Amino acid sequence: MPLLKHGTITDDPWVHVANAEDLPTGLPAIISLDRWQAERDALIARKEALGIRLESHQPPSLIRDDLDRFALVALNFPKFADGRAYSHARLLKERYDFAGEVRATGDVLRDQYRFLHRCGFDALEVSDAEAAAAWKEALGEFRHDYQPAARGAETVLRRRHRRQAA
Amino acid sequence: MYRYDEFDRAMVLDRVRQFEGQVARRLAGELTEEQFRPLRLQNGLYLQLHAYMLRVAIPYGQLNSRQMRKLAHIARTYDKGYGHFTTRQNIQYNWPRLADAPRILAELAEVEMHAIQTSGNCIRNVTADQYAGVTADEVEDPRVYAEIIRQWSTFHPEFAFLPRKFKIAVSGAVGVDRAAVRFHDIGVFIVRNAAGETGFEIWAGGGLGRTPMVGRKVSAFVAREDLLAYLEAILRVYNLEGRRDNLYKARIKILVHETGTEDFIRLVEEEFAAIKAADGDLALPAEEIARIRAYFRPPAYEALADDPPALTARRFEHRDFNNWVRTNTARHKAAGYAIANISLKPAGLPPGDVTADQMDAIADLADRFSFGEIRATHEQNLVLADVRQDQLFDLWQGLKAIGLADANLDHIGDIICCPGLDYCSLANARSIPVAERITQRFADLDRQYDIGELRLKISGCINACGHHHVGHIGILGVDRKDQEYYQITLGGAPGEDAAIGSKVGPAFSSDQVVDAVETVVNTYLGIRRPGERFIDTYRRVGDQPFKENLYAAA
Repeated sequence: MPLLKHGTITDDPWVHVANAEDLPTGLPAIISLDRWQAERDALIARKEALGIRLESHQPPSLIRDDLDRFALVALNFPKFADGRAYSHARLLKERYDFAGEVRATGDVLRDQYRFLHRCGFDALEVSDAEAAAAWKEALGEFRHDYQPAARGAETVLRRRHRRQAA
Repeated sequence: MYRYDEFDRAMVLDRVRQFEGQVARRLAGELTEEQFRPLRLQNGLYLQLHAYMLRVAIPYGQLNSRQMRKLAHIARTYDKGYGHFTTRQNIQYNWPRLADAPRILAELAEVEMHAIQTSGNCIRNVTADQYAGVTADEVEDPRVYAEIIRQWSTFHPEFAFLPRKFKIAVSGAVGVDRAAVRFHDIGVFIVRNAAGETGFEIWAGGGLGRTPMVGRKVSAFVAREDLLAYLEAILRVYNLEGRRDNLYKARIKILVHETGTEDFIRLVEEEFAAIKAADGDLALPAEEIARIRAYFRPPAYEALADDPPALTARRFEHRDFNNWVRTNTARHKAAGYAIANISLKPAGLPPGDVTADQMDAIADLADRFSFGEIRATHEQNLVLADVRQDQLFDLWQGLKAIGLADANLDHIGDIICCPGLDYCSLANARSIPVAERITQRFADLDRQYDIGELRLKISGCINACGHHHVGHIGILGVDRKDQEYYQITLGGAPGEDAAIGSKVGPAFSSDQVVDAVETVVNTYLGIRRPGERFIDTYRRVGDQPFKENLYAAA
């Protein structure tokens, strides 16, 4: 599956590993929260980079103390109307200072790309390479942002008062 | 009133362009209806029984004459010549074509209007007290904060896909609540603390619909600069914890109820503390409050006296005018001025509907008599807020000429009513024809005045868009084996004495319902004590006497 990362289609080095599967040697692997909780010690001993996949009902606070063990957190959208992952991404980026990749998986519409970007998602698993153009277009659809978030232009409010002060 | 700066203007223009693209992709078949649905909804475009319906935002109910003329133009050009003012201070058009929707939005943008977030599971258009800024008993003008909330909530990236829709109301009035604040997902009262500082008392978890609830007070005082941080904390708790397994339990009222008020407050306070500790950009600077407040500065009132001879003489000469002054005008904070309500409830016509010609005429009257500004109320009426008392007669004549001088505000003729099965795909029964028949039955104004204040509200289904739960008399349309039936509730109240009405007994058929309302009213007239309004009598005696008379024959 193509990966759209920071607006560009790239090769995805990561492998999603189902709960019953063995972890691949020599490859960075994304595991479920269940697996992490069940096999924590063995997974810590592993050398390759580790990513974790959270479902929309699994808030990142559950792994807050372990976040530095992950290079990636994948937040899944079971359906596009389930907006919990937007809050999860902001918490990871803004409150927990997670420095790794925050990735969206699952049911995401093009028209949500800008929201993803602003809430701090770095990457998105997409079904075709066309998505890169759509991403670029979606991000450019608005010139300004009213409210602060993980990413975005300087807020309108700041710009107004910077201008007045100048 | 507020005027867009370059940023606000860019925001709505960008939105118009974005929606043009979305509609083009839908018309070209690139988007399925399922994919298009959330996009059109966040632009206020519904698919109704017969056609699309476009809901245009009137932020906190405030509009100017130029905007009103644009609304008239849209009604004439893209619709069937009328619009419908809603219980959320918005206006709806019932017959636009999908292909025209981007053009309509572009026309709205020309006059600084939009349809952003008038639908969908997001933060909806914020509402406010319609007497904002002109009522004497007010801590501060709520429109200032409503505008700040409007901007913060517009395209909020985190809260575009909440469990369910989210409504915020703001009032600055003391001791009276004209905005049904306690029945909103978040209700904001502007208050002053012991130190004399202005801040906010916050309520959450109110709402009507299937499970009506009066909100709970979640904070007695939020400092002015913390308003947005506190709202963001509530919204985040709701986005994360609100139920998504059942559409009917997804509103924040269910979360507050199931979590318990104390635990809910604890969650919000924790989140609020974390947001504040991060020291982000959410703190509201005094300069921004001052900037927005400047737009709501009072107009240049002249030094006048109350009850000028020109008014008193006309009141004496014209009984109808005197009635209208008594029922439809309210005391203004500036001497010699009045707040004039335009009832959109002529007997026998759909409540809240206004024709394009009437809209144009109202815009002219606003220019002549009220500094060119108009407000929409959640009771589906309009307000000219700054009318000289010595010009009330001229205004009244102008309103009479367009059939909008009904002197029935807050009386039984002033019915709140949802569109019902005549338009709405959710409805179980028609509501407009019931309202029309009730207003015809009670068309005699002297009879209405004898009955006194009586809030009657009709919903065509359990979603309660017609606010029946908070009607002194509420009517709920239900479907029974393909027949329209109507349940009657008694004792609801939307304001400072907030209460949810209770069902009086089995439902009535469409043929019986108007008689049933009359029986309820006559029962009240028979047992009231001097000075008692309907709601006072109901609270004193309960529903027993009403029940007895309604179901005596059975």
